[in-house]
Amino acid sequence: MSSFDISVILDALPFLAKGLGLSLGLTAVAMIGGLVLGLVIAIVRLSRFRVLAMLAALYVNGFRAVPLILVIFWFYFLVPLLLGRPVGALYSVLIAFVMFEGAYYSEILRAGLKSVRPGQWQAAQASGLTYLQTVRLVVLPQALRKMAPLMVTQGVVLFQDTSLVYVVSLHDFMTSASIIANTQNRIVELYVFAALVYFALCTAGSALAQRLSSDRQRAH
Amino acid sequence: MNYAWNWGVLFQSPYLEWLGQGIAMTLAVSIAAWTIALGLGTLIGIFHSGASGAMRFVTGSYINLFRNVPLLLQMFLWFFVVPELLPKAAGTWLKRGLPYPEIVTAIVALGLFTASRVAVQVAAGIAAVPRGQSMAARASGLSTAQAYRLVLLPQAFRIVVPPLTSEFLTIFKNSSIALTIGVYELTAQTQQIQSFTYQGFEAFTAATVVYMAIALAVTTLMTVIERRVSIPGPAARG
Repeated sequence: MSSFDISVILDALPFLAKGLGLSLGLTAVAMIGGLVLGLVIAIVRLSRFRVLAMLAALYVNGFRAVPLILVIFWFYFLVPLLLGRPVGALYSVLIAFVMFEGAYYSEILRAGLKSVRPGQWQAAQASGLTYLQTVRLVVLPQALRKMAPLMVTQGVVLFQDTSLVYVVSLHDFMTSASIIANTQNRIVELYVFAALVYFALCTAGSALAQRLSSDRQRAH
Repeated sequence: MNYAWNWGVLFQSPYLEWLGQGIAMTLAVSIAAWTIALGLGTLIGIFHSGASGAMRFVTGSYINLFRNVPLLLQMFLWFFVVPELLPKAAGTWLKRGLPYPEIVTAIVALGLFTASRVAVQVAAGIAAVPRGQSMAARASGLSTAQAYRLVLLPQAFRIVVPPLTSEFLTIFKNSSIALTIGVYELTAQTQQIQSFTYQGFEAFTAATVVYMAIALAVTTLMTVIERRVSIPGPAARG
């Protein structure tokens, strides 16, 4: 093959940047949505309502047993069917990611909520707080600090997972690189460049997680 | 919701065969990749836990590299890019001479990716063995290799069974990414059934049930292994 041609990457930068924007946006929505949903699931699972807790466990174990690609296919197929009209791939994918991440974040949050010492729960209940007040005012602030590094690590995994929207041809960073690679017939340049960008961003994320966790250790 | 149910489609030819082939492919790719991951990951984990600074750097770089690039892109790199970078003859052989190139590539890519995750667990397991064990092994005259083989690894492997279970479960799910380079594993076959018959509900339900069954089988197997290898007596409880 001919030598490494960097100009094809420079020419495609605006297109690739748009793709990266979608990847990061998808990560942000899935992370925020997944955290909110995950929190609800974690609270339900730790609550006294046995039937609800069981349903929440079923939800989490169900989503954790299947591949994300299958979940994406499921929602790509289901969402238009349920709404009765065609919607773009983006909405199906957003819903799929939030539901999927909710299951994973709920496990992190559940472990965090459980790691807060029982005395904290008992003291909060004894001072007359309700279950939800105990979670919100006493347990959650402590749990979130403990869980911050894990959440960032999960965020890095999630960012990598957004590349899977390739299977429904949504133009994220991975898919954009693939489009240029094939239309310009510059496969080596584009995939190596994409790998470098993913590597740099994920390494930065991992370093942040590392720092958060060593900050915590020093504070104790 | 307007949907014509037809569960019978799953039991018709050729869809039943597609489903069966998909399950077989998912199992074959995952188990083959797992043997690579377990072997290579253990080696990398051992060297990563060792004293040599150069070795720690090399193994640490491997781990970081493979963990920080999406698996989908890694599959593309192995499948599309590596044959271009190799000497011409080798590249041509990879593309034309190698039988089932997409399946072999998927196994190698998935194996090397998972090896980085196994390595992290193995290194953590070795680090979790109390330090006195390693010092006692050296003091009683064992060489480094003997200390690892006879004292540290037997204990470390027992510690890492639960996290390795989770990696083993993940490899079956990650094998679905092989569909992007044209491997007809379970997810790809059910997607194909849905595009041929429009019975997506039935097809995806079948895939979901199979993945859940695999998860259940793996968890059961690993629980049995964990129980069989556990050291009896209160002293072993760490």
